[in-house]
Amino acid sequence: MIEKLTLDINGEQWVATVRMADTLLDVLREKLDLTGAKRGCENGDCGSCTVLADGLPVKSCMMLAVDAIGKKLTTIEGLQDTPMQHAFVEKWAFQCGYCTSGFIMNAHALVNQHPDATDEIMEEWLSSNICRCTSYQEIREAVKSVLKEQRFDRKRPRNRR
Amino acid sequence: MLHFNFDYYRPSSIDEAVELFDKLDQDGKKPIYLSGGTEITTLGRLNQVFTKAVIDVKGIPECNVLDYKQDSVVVVGAALTLTQVWESKILPLLGEACVRIGDRTSRNQITLGGNLASEIIYREAVLPLLLSNSTFVVAGIEGIRQLSVHKIFKEKLRLKRGEFLVQIKVDGKYRKMPFYIEKKRKSERVDYPLITLEALKVDRSIRLAISGLCAFPFRSYEMEKELNNTDISIEERIDRAILRIPAPVISDIRGSREYRIFVLRNTLLDALIYLGGVRA
Amino acid sequence: MKRYRVIGKSVLKKESWDKVSGRVKYIDDHQEVGTLHVKLLTSTYAHAYIGNVDTTEAWKVPGVRAIVTGKDYPLLIGTTIKDRPLLAFDKVRYYGEPIAMVIADTEAIAIQAVTLICVEYKPLRVVNSPVEAYQKDAPLVHDQIEQYLIDQDADTTGTSGGIRPVPGTNIANRQGIRKGNIERGFARSDVIVEEVFSFKQSDHTAIETRCADVEIKKTGEVIIHSASQEPFEMRELISQTFNIDEGKVHVHIPLVGGSFGAKTSVQLEPLAYVASKAVGGRKVRLRNSREEDIVTSPVHIGLHAKVKMGCTRDGKLQAIKLFFLFDGGAYAERAVPVTKAAAFDCTGPYTIDHVWCDSLCMYTNHPYATDFRGFGRTEVAFGVERTIDIMANKLGMCPLEFRLKNAIQPGDTSPTKVLLNKSNLGDIRECLLQLRELIDWDRGQRIDISDRIVRTKGISCTWKNGDPPPGVGAGAILTFNSDGGININCAAIEIGQGTKTVLTQMVAEKMKMDVDDVFIQMEVNTQLSPEHWETAASRTTFLSGNAVLRAVEDAIRQLKRTAAIILKVPVDELEVANKKVYKKTSPSISIDFSEIVYGYIFPDGKVAGTQVVGRGTYMIPGITEMDPVTGRGIQGPEWGVVAQAVEVEFDKRDNTFKLIRAVSVADAGTILNYKGAETQVMGAMNMGLSFATREGFLYDDQGKVLTTQFRSYKVMHYGEQPEYIVRFIENPVKGAPFGSRGLGEHGIMGMPAAVANSLSLAANVSLQQLPLTPEFIWKTRLKAGEVY
Repeated sequence: MIEKLTLDINGEQWVATVRMADTLLDVLREKLDLTGAKRGCENGDCGSCTVLADGLPVKSCMMLAVDAIGKKLTTIEGLQDTPMQHAFVEKWAFQCGYCTSGFIMNAHALVNQHPDATDEIMEEWLSSNICRCTSYQEIREAVKSVLKEQRFDRKRPRNRR
Repeated sequence: MLHFNFDYYRPSSIDEAVELFDKLDQDGKKPIYLSGGTEITTLGRLNQVFTKAVIDVKGIPECNVLDYKQDSVVVVGAALTLTQVWESKILPLLGEACVRIGDRTSRNQITLGGNLASEIIYREAVLPLLLSNSTFVVAGIEGIRQLSVHKIFKEKLRLKRGEFLVQIKVDGKYRKMPFYIEKKRKSERVDYPLITLEALKVDRSIRLAISGLCAFPFRSYEMEKELNNTDISIEERIDRAILRIPAPVISDIRGSREYRIFVLRNTLLDALIYLGGVRA
Repeated sequence: MKRYRVIGKSVLKKESWDKVSGRVKYIDDHQEVGTLHVKLLTSTYAHAYIGNVDTTEAWKVPGVRAIVTGKDYPLLIGTTIKDRPLLAFDKVRYYGEPIAMVIADTEAIAIQAVTLICVEYKPLRVVNSPVEAYQKDAPLVHDQIEQYLIDQDADTTGTSGGIRPVPGTNIANRQGIRKGNIERGFARSDVIVEEVFSFKQSDHTAIETRCADVEIKKTGEVIIHSASQEPFEMRELISQTFNIDEGKVHVHIPLVGGSFGAKTSVQLEPLAYVASKAVGGRKVRLRNSREEDIVTSPVHIGLHAKVKMGCTRDGKLQAIKLFFLFDGGAYAERAVPVTKAAAFDCTGPYTIDHVWCDSLCMYTNHPYATDFRGFGRTEVAFGVERTIDIMANKLGMCPLEFRLKNAIQPGDTSPTKVLLNKSNLGDIRECLLQLRELIDWDRGQRIDISDRIVRTKGISCTWKNGDPPPGVGAGAILTFNSDGGININCAAIEIGQGTKTVLTQMVAEKMKMDVDDVFIQMEVNTQLSPEHWETAASRTTFLSGNAVLRAVEDAIRQLKRTAAIILKVPVDELEVANKKVYKKTSPSISIDFSEIVYGYIFPDGKVAGTQVVGRGTYMIPGITEMDPVTGRGIQGPEWGVVAQAVEVEFDKRDNTFKLIRAVSVADAGTILNYKGAETQVMGAMNMGLSFATREGFLYDDQGKVLTTQFRSYKVMHYGEQPEYIVRFIENPVKGAPFGSRGLGEHGIMGMPAAVANSLSLAANVSLQQLPLTPEFIWKTRLKAGEVY
């Protein structure tokens, strides 16, 4: 079965003709040229294909595209100048960059869902992704710096923003 | 990337689903039910699953129930994700088993039903359901059946052709009972278990269920009996319980048989100390 | 020490924002309509004759364009010994070896067709370890090695050269080190220890799997796009193998998604070439699945090592005898250079007068090996540094004091008999002294936290020379923009190590301009960029840096010459800075680069100068051939030294442990980019700890690899890493750009040994295998009677 389906990606409607067996990752990359999500294992193990579905990280290699209909999808291409991207740059939280899209998507969702994330929650979330270049310490520092910044922002009086 | 294609259906009622299955099966499509879809995408690419039609049960309201009313029964739909089950805190005994499966992102996709019906041997979500004598609600062309976990889950989920798991039901009394759970892995925090052990204290006796030790998850009354024999020392109880492991202990890339037993021994000790207030 | 404006600063990677925005196009991200997809059929046996390969059913799948089997191209290739069939014919020698390939309209169709090919196998006895391979009655992985050709480059030169397979055995090569007199050394020793160490093969698992695109144009030109570290060697290999003019082979390398040595080996490209040829030259893509990347493509070598060490009662090392059986797998490829390099630096950074080493690259029925970060040193250090601890323990000496006492010094010679000085060696003593402070060594190597929990520290020292063959070099071209900004063109490949950014810093430093005005092309194209030896061996900054610096000098010369005419100031009174040429004594007399970089026109129409193009080339001097028996020779320009420590918390009941802290103090010469250097070392440390504690192939008794996915081949995840601390000592190296030393590999080398030393102390047993899983520790303690 091949069908035309409409996906809500980064706030836009995208139409693609897909095989029902195509994964969301296949469709993002091959039909829509949104190649920020990477094929690292296509087996749900490495997290480099992570995108957000209704604000929650999912591994797009393990999700059928047809299953994503009706969900608000966010890919790395949908992040514009976010604190997490800044933090990854400033803390040197990547080297080759291949796992980076997935890591950032996960970390971005984490700080949104858990503005007060403890080390334990960070570990629970971020152990879903594999990075082979960094020591993870850089990623930890990046995520922590965003959490800290957010906390600071919340404490500041509204009118100053 | 799946190299084969299939038809996809997303029925909105139980009747529609079972009728679809029946029809597709007659058409030779070898249909399968899915909810999270994580297993067909991963095992399919390795040629370990094949189908020409999938029936997604996520659109069926009964599969998405999450319900508990005072002093009654906890109902959990099979299409809920492991993350949803855990975050709901509706049944900690179950939630704590769910939160140890896979990794966090995967748990946003893997469903309770998917884990229970998995082809992979661990199916850790069944441990609390075995301990709490839960009821499985399954639907098939002949209607809905409610069965004790002990009847329908023997080593794995024993569904009749065309049936699918709709919900599980657990007596609300299990929400507050003390329990112990530990998942021991080879070394990595994200891995299948060497063993996952869950123990529940009901009144003064302990119930025990284990995944990863043998080729299937189980609850063992024989082991429980030995562990509950308070006439002897805690070490002796454990020794005797180990003699009662119901099936061969597996040796694989995650650990040898001997090591698994070593890990089991320590974990049982921790469980008994935790639940019994005993000192080692 | 000399202070710089830009050098040493943590200049952010030029490609940073592209990487955090998903904008970088790695090879797999370039999708061209009409590209055909190739899928490999790989062996399910580790050693078997192959009979009929039946493709009938596969051909029936709609969308299949071609099927190629080994019989269609009975070629042997290799960059050292030409022993490897493009596609196996006659027999397969490892589980996962390519046998056939399908070229189809889509990847899904190609996979579907591949599953329908039937291969007849006749299983053979399997050589399942390097020790088995060494036995007299072992089956031969290659029964006629003497008939294989040796690559002509490899035949004559350095680490990659002097290769001699031993007929009638499974020995692909033997490299010796003979320094002093080993018998005399042991005779002078009061204490002798002899131990055996081992670990199985493992994998790099860069997150980007290997991938190659090939198209053959009507003109006969071959266009290759690949995720590789070796565009020029690839070009040469394709040219030689298929008899194509080298000038017609063009290799494009985009940014690469990690390598750690994996992408030095040329494997997929010749296959993709044949695939393209089979479909009339159409563009094809051959991309590894994770499973193929782990098992079909080359892996990290395994080792079985015997270490015998002799020492006087007062702790002065006298002799070391080393015997290495490396698990090079089914084909020689780059396993041979790794095993040779392992011999050259075999002692570690210690003064030992009597050295005997035989390093054997063994053929086995395992996946074949290639470079891995550390290039033989990580592997050897595990055995040698564990033995150092065992020796110190036996002598009742502090392992740190013992290392300090034997630390190699200027005036000593290397195992290869190179005379060492502060420039070519670095200062390992200083590294150790700083390490002592950073790890709180003097507060105790072992601290009991509770009845069950103990905290311990272990250390190690390692060194590494880069092993380029003689005659390697690099080139660089600088062009200017009309605003005076500079573009760098050189063939160093960016795999995440940050070389490209460092090169822009060098230009900015020398030109005294803003680094934001220096640009560098991220992709490499062999048709446009000057030749560069592979991006490997921590030599890229050295080679490209030297070429770039020469190009800067060349450009400055041209700029000054033009400015001299316009400003009417002699050339030697001119200086450049801030995109201007100015008179040193009165800087207000100046002219902007923007006015002269494309030549200058006077009002009367006369011209001064022409377009400025800076040109720089470099070739490493002084590298010699290495004697295969004695190891005598100069293997590289300089060593880098590093002292490392790992602190663990060990649970004596469960035999589990947590990594608490890991420290590296490296003499890396002048640091070019501080954060870049620090994170390189930290990342390498993490990879070393992951390798030492978790990684390693498991094979069944028929040589089948059981660990081909991240579900079974476990690497470190977030949250398991210790706290990392990195410090640098900066002894500059003569002849290196700004005095920098190689850096990308040093963080990994001592990690396995340091963590094994720490855990051996904690568990009160000597741990001599990797990975250091809780089960392995438990079993070792069980054998030793430490636990019941």
